[in-house]
Amino acid sequence: MSILIDADTTFIVQGITGREAVNLTRECLDYGAGAKVVAGVTPGRLGREVHGVPVFDTVAQALAHHGSRIEGSVVTVPPAFTRDAVFEAIENGIRLIVIVTERIPRRDVAAMVELASLRGARIIGPNCLGIIVPDVIKMGGIGGPARNAAQAYTPGPIGVISRSGGMTTEMSSTLSAAGLGQSTAVSIGGDAIIGSTYAELMPLFAADEQTEGIVIYTEPGGRMEAELARWTSEQSASGARSLPIVAFMAGRFMDEMPGMSFGHAGTIVEGREDTASEKITRLADAGIAVAERIEDIPDMIRAKIAEHTR
Amino acid sequence: MRFFEYEAREIVKRAGIPVTDFGFTTDAEQAGEIARRIGGATVIKSQVLSGGRMKAGGVKFADTPAQAQEHAREILALEINGHMPRGVLVDPRAEVEQEYYAGVVWDGTRKQPVIIFSPVGGIDIEQVATEQPERVGRRHFSNILPFSEYIAKEVIADSGVSGPALTRLVPIVTRLARLFVEYDMTLAEINPLGRLADGSFVALDAHMDMENEARGRHARLLSELGVGEEETRQAREATPFELAGEQIDSSDHRGVAGNVTEFDGNLGLVIGAGGGSLTLFDAVRAHGGRPANYCEIGGNPSVAKACGLAKLVLGKPGVDKIAVMMSIVSNTRVDIVARGVIKACLELGMDPAEKIAIFRIPGAWEEEGFKILERYGVEYADRSVSLNEAARRAVEKIQGPGAPAGTATGGAGD
Repeated sequence: MSILIDADTTFIVQGITGREAVNLTRECLDYGAGAKVVAGVTPGRLGREVHGVPVFDTVAQALAHHGSRIEGSVVTVPPAFTRDAVFEAIENGIRLIVIVTERIPRRDVAAMVELASLRGARIIGPNCLGIIVPDVIKMGGIGGPARNAAQAYTPGPIGVISRSGGMTTEMSSTLSAAGLGQSTAVSIGGDAIIGSTYAELMPLFAADEQTEGIVIYTEPGGRMEAELARWTSEQSASGARSLPIVAFMAGRFMDEMPGMSFGHAGTIVEGREDTASEKITRLADAGIAVAERIEDIPDMIRAKIAEHTR
Repeated sequence: MRFFEYEAREIVKRAGIPVTDFGFTTDAEQAGEIARRIGGATVIKSQVLSGGRMKAGGVKFADTPAQAQEHAREILALEINGHMPRGVLVDPRAEVEQEYYAGVVWDGTRKQPVIIFSPVGGIDIEQVATEQPERVGRRHFSNILPFSEYIAKEVIADSGVSGPALTRLVPIVTRLARLFVEYDMTLAEINPLGRLADGSFVALDAHMDMENEARGRHARLLSELGVGEEETRQAREATPFELAGEQIDSSDHRGVAGNVTEFDGNLGLVIGAGGGSLTLFDAVRAHGGRPANYCEIGGNPSVAKACGLAKLVLGKPGVDKIAVMMSIVSNTRVDIVARGVIKACLELGMDPAEKIAIFRIPGAWEEEGFKILERYGVEYADRSVSLNEAARRAVEKIQGPGAPAGTATGGAGD
């Protein structure tokens, strides 16, 4: 099985006529069994088609055309319009939203996330590449063109969660080369506030029988790792199903230069808890193995899984 | 983007929160005049984006306008932690009965803004939270519902404040919360918030930080405050090398290449993307390499842009070679980056095979890219070579085998 999406998931692309969205649509249609991209939305472009996908002015029109519920949306509109696009999707009953757009101010992200939680919808991103279930479906630009995605991702027992889109592919490719496929890989986005954090996705992976271990990519900045460490500790204390986790931490050099901004928007180090070394300690304390090098991850997660199932 | 104190106070004032009758100037004589207008005792404060002003001698008290002028002259010439002041703020010395704290920040875990309030102000709020937690109120608020005054009332009451002070504080905290939201702040803080003898409140100092991504929608406020579009207000000023990088990046709108950060090593880095760059920079240092720069390429930059970046890095004094490395790309094209970096070498009259220590960018259009690299004899690697191994090879080429690990260098600014 997988988390969040499967072969039957239907979704739309908001902002579908943009250059990147056109490519992304092609990639999703081509990958695996072919994603069910049922419609696209760009205001003023009603009646057009993008790779055979009909384009509408509104999400409501897309729903009327489709005739039944649409599960997801990939949002690729410019930052100034993203909040409105996501509100439109949520208020039209869409429950899984992947926001690709980057450079969205936090106020807007927080508003989208809050509405989503009121309505029981889930947001992945912003500033992310989306979700991929190897050989089955991808929702978003993750892995790139179908041919490239197929080269990096293979089906298997590892769940991947990453703040960096590119590193989702790099890590999955390393896992694949070592014979460890992925159940689902999720690029969660690099911003300070995102729709779904590690700790918020963990229960889904824990409930998925195919998933035996988790690999995460992380960076300095934010409290997301502290939240994951807490979740992991609580889970093992309660005796509920937990999963072994291996984390890779990039940007260790940033500890030496506070206040400078590198990498993603979320990596501005604001406090002691945010630094790479602080996070590594916190993760290790919760029993999460922290890898020094990407190539060490396959052996480490194998050992962790073996230890876990013993 | 952080604001200077005089700007932050102006923002607070515009929001309808009472402030002292302060004045800002870059001129010592004018500082004296402001003190004369104020009348009575004043405080002269250096306007720098750095902590530790008081310790460094950047805050002085004056009894007369002449003294104010003299202090201003000294402070204007005083460098604090590597920063020259933007000017001085001349502030009346208020007779304060009690100092309070009011702040609003983002809580990334709850994904909402949180108001923090305490009747113990004037000192670091984290210290108060540790030593007297019962005197610190915290309250999250919605980003969808309009901000309502009862939220301010709750957080103030939670900190143990009641009576006339509470009712007078509610509108102030409400305005602070609203300005935080309205101006896309990541921090809005009044500390201290002083209670005067007549029971009224006045903001005595303020810290404001606006989210960079939102600067565009506050163009009017920023222009009225005199904040230039080019002011990044990073922890240190951009170097000429970094400014040249920005120019390359803005030369066309396709992709990202050129946003460099300067270091003082000998190995130039043409690296990407976001997470890949962080990983690679760590790896180069772990192998004892000395990076000349940090950068992040991505989003499929044009040949011209990749070439411009490579030329900039190759032309940096002290740079012997460049390493061109990225995590597996799906959007950026391998062949385009390859053509860009080879073109840079050739245009500078350099041999690509000698100057490019390693090229490790696997992914989209890699066959085409590798073919070009082969033609020029450049060492390249596909995805079977890890980011870490590619970094190791690059360091070995520049420093010889068995280079000692851990001889990392700091940033140009430290």
